[in-house]
Amino acid sequence: MRRIRFLAWAEVLHVVRDRATLAQVLVLPLLQLLVLSNAATFEIRDVPTYVVDFDRTTASRGLIDRFVASGNFSIVGRSASLDLANEEMLRGRITLLLTIPHDFESSLVRDHSARVQLAVNAEKGSAAGVVQSYAVRILTAYSAELGSTLLPTIANVRSTVGDQPPVRGGGRIETPLRSRYNQTLNYKHYMVPGLLVALVTLIATLVSAQNIAREKELGTLEQLNVTPLTRGQFIAAKLLPFWVLGMLDLAIGLTAGWLIFDIPVRGSLLLLFGSAAVYLVAALAIGLWISAMVETQQQAMFVTFFIMNIYLLMSGLFTPIDSMAAWVQTVSLFNPVRHFVTISRAVLVKGAGPAEIAGPLAVLAAFAVVTLALAIRQYSKRTA
Amino acid sequence: MTPLTSRSSALLGLLRKETFHILRDRRTLIVITLMPVIQVIIFGYAIRTDVENVRLAIVDPSPDYATLALRARFGATSAFRIVGVLPRAADVDGLFQQGLAQEAIVFEPDFAMRLGQGLPARVQIITDATEPNTGSTVQAYALQVIQGYEREIRAGSDAVRIVPDVRTRFNPTRESSNLFVPGLMAFVLTIISSLMTAISLTREKETGTLETLLVSPLRPWQIVVGKVAPYLLIGFVSVIGVIIEARIVFNVPLVGSVLLLLAEGVLFILVSLSLGILISARTSSQRVAMFGALVGTMLPTMLLSGFIFPLESLPWPLRAVSIIVPARWFVTVARSIMLKGVGLGYLWRETVVLLAMAMALLTLSTRSFKARLE
Repeated sequence: MRRIRFLAWAEVLHVVRDRATLAQVLVLPLLQLLVLSNAATFEIRDVPTYVVDFDRTTASRGLIDRFVASGNFSIVGRSASLDLANEEMLRGRITLLLTIPHDFESSLVRDHSARVQLAVNAEKGSAAGVVQSYAVRILTAYSAELGSTLLPTIANVRSTVGDQPPVRGGGRIETPLRSRYNQTLNYKHYMVPGLLVALVTLIATLVSAQNIAREKELGTLEQLNVTPLTRGQFIAAKLLPFWVLGMLDLAIGLTAGWLIFDIPVRGSLLLLFGSAAVYLVAALAIGLWISAMVETQQQAMFVTFFIMNIYLLMSGLFTPIDSMAAWVQTVSLFNPVRHFVTISRAVLVKGAGPAEIAGPLAVLAAFAVVTLALAIRQYSKRTA
Repeated sequence: MTPLTSRSSALLGLLRKETFHILRDRRTLIVITLMPVIQVIIFGYAIRTDVENVRLAIVDPSPDYATLALRARFGATSAFRIVGVLPRAADVDGLFQQGLAQEAIVFEPDFAMRLGQGLPARVQIITDATEPNTGSTVQAYALQVIQGYEREIRAGSDAVRIVPDVRTRFNPTRESSNLFVPGLMAFVLTIISSLMTAISLTREKETGTLETLLVSPLRPWQIVVGKVAPYLLIGFVSVIGVIIEARIVFNVPLVGSVLLLLAEGVLFILVSLSLGILISARTSSQRVAMFGALVGTMLPTMLLSGFIFPLESLPWPLRAVSIIVPARWFVTVARSIMLKGVGLGYLWRETVVLLAMAMALLTLSTRSFKARLE
């Protein structure tokens, strides 16, 4: 135990003494959190929209007003020329083109049914589907509104076919909508709990991956090899200081997220940090395993970057796991980052308790044991 | 032998040496060649935002013919997979927290009776909106199913309908891979051109061999050309590789001119290479160069180019920064050529920006490289 303590203490001194490393592990995560939470977002607001209104009636203007009032769309142009609209779309300046045909109001009054055309610019990717669902929701709300109030008024004013008495509520189905956990649809409340995981992972893995490789480069590893330290003790001593550092990073990140972005903390913090304690062992062991395998810090950086890249992209951090191809979903079960992202979001945003996250937590524990064993096995005290 | 030919043969020698260096470092070579291939696969299969197979829970306290009919409709829609029927709405939270359900519809008691009496009948749609976009999308799906049913039972009544006729332009199937491949080209080119160049030049500095090169009869520009030409070639080959792989595996279309795309590619490689040279000229150790290339070129390419995250979603300070990110312009150009098939008439502005960047960076980088000579 004393041997572990001495080596661990040496490691702490290394980190504290080197200002650059200290800044790297304490300040960089905060900067990343600030930039990433703003940059890594699929949030959709102010969709640039072009309106071609051939109808120019109360009903068509009412529809356009509903689009503006929703706050999701911003009308960047309107005209009565489809050519102009198409030109704008080809230039990529607009995402949605709303075309209202000339018989919009009259057919609403006559048949209680009318058509509009929505052209979505799918070049913008993921936005297209959501833009469409927003637009459809506005159309639905507007038609309900028309049925109960607007249309009878319009019909009376025009007094052409206004002889139908408005029948209300006859067997209607009401659909109250409820968005659980994120009523305001704030994208940051989704991203920040995930980004915390990414930050902790990056720091922990990068720092530990460089560590043994650096001792190899400096030649100090040989000195350690001739001490009575066992392989397990060696890995334990390397792991401990970085484990504390990782927990510290999580605490700093969480405080910042809570202060700056007002992210929800609905579940138990003890549960979150308990899970982090298990997860960090796995993340650090992977870093040490890489470090024991490679020869130089350069290679360590390269390999870590390569693996982290794949781990993060396949973790469901940026895009939902549910949207991935079936085989990728299966593969991602072997990705510890995925499980901790799930836990972090479940505990912070959804207020999940121990029973709800037992599954992913058990997987993380298994990961920690296996990767630790791998790291200890990879580190051999003899240099070939 | 004239001085000129001796110089050009010296350049050839440097080129050969550089090629040997690249070929000898197996680990790095594997990473460079494997990275684009794996990235295309990951982006094609993993980075998707389509919403399918929504896990739906149903809360039906008193099943009757109307709720059963609606439930059957949800069951028949391929968009939904019913994961459970619960008696109480309070049980929904547990399913959400475990991630077993994404959405729940809650019928009120005596649903059919109320419908029959002409009273409004309520069915609440609860979504797990942790991820806001998925939340909105699954909500719209459920609304459509319920409205379809309502229209059927109220046929002939006064319900007002506005029927949207939706067209999706430029990527009708909304295939994610179609959008990612152009961005991926920018990413791969940045890694190879900026990162590798910066590291390879700094390594010569660190090991002191750059001094040897400087006292050789080679001119500074020849040293730069000799060092970067192999990477230019690798970059060019991987771009063609990415296009072919995307075409074979994901059927990504290439509507516009291949020649124009490759020409713009070369322009972008020039910009990235100059950035790499600039970074190496300003740094002294491989670690710093690597870090500089990571922060200065790769992260912006990934985050601020519209490659994964739409530029429209960025807050204005970041959108302002994105203007000086070369990849932003190249991604727009590549997407427009591949998906919309437009020509220079529509893309001259982006091309001019890239040209200006290439000139400015080339001048700047050769100047700071020369500055080391004196």
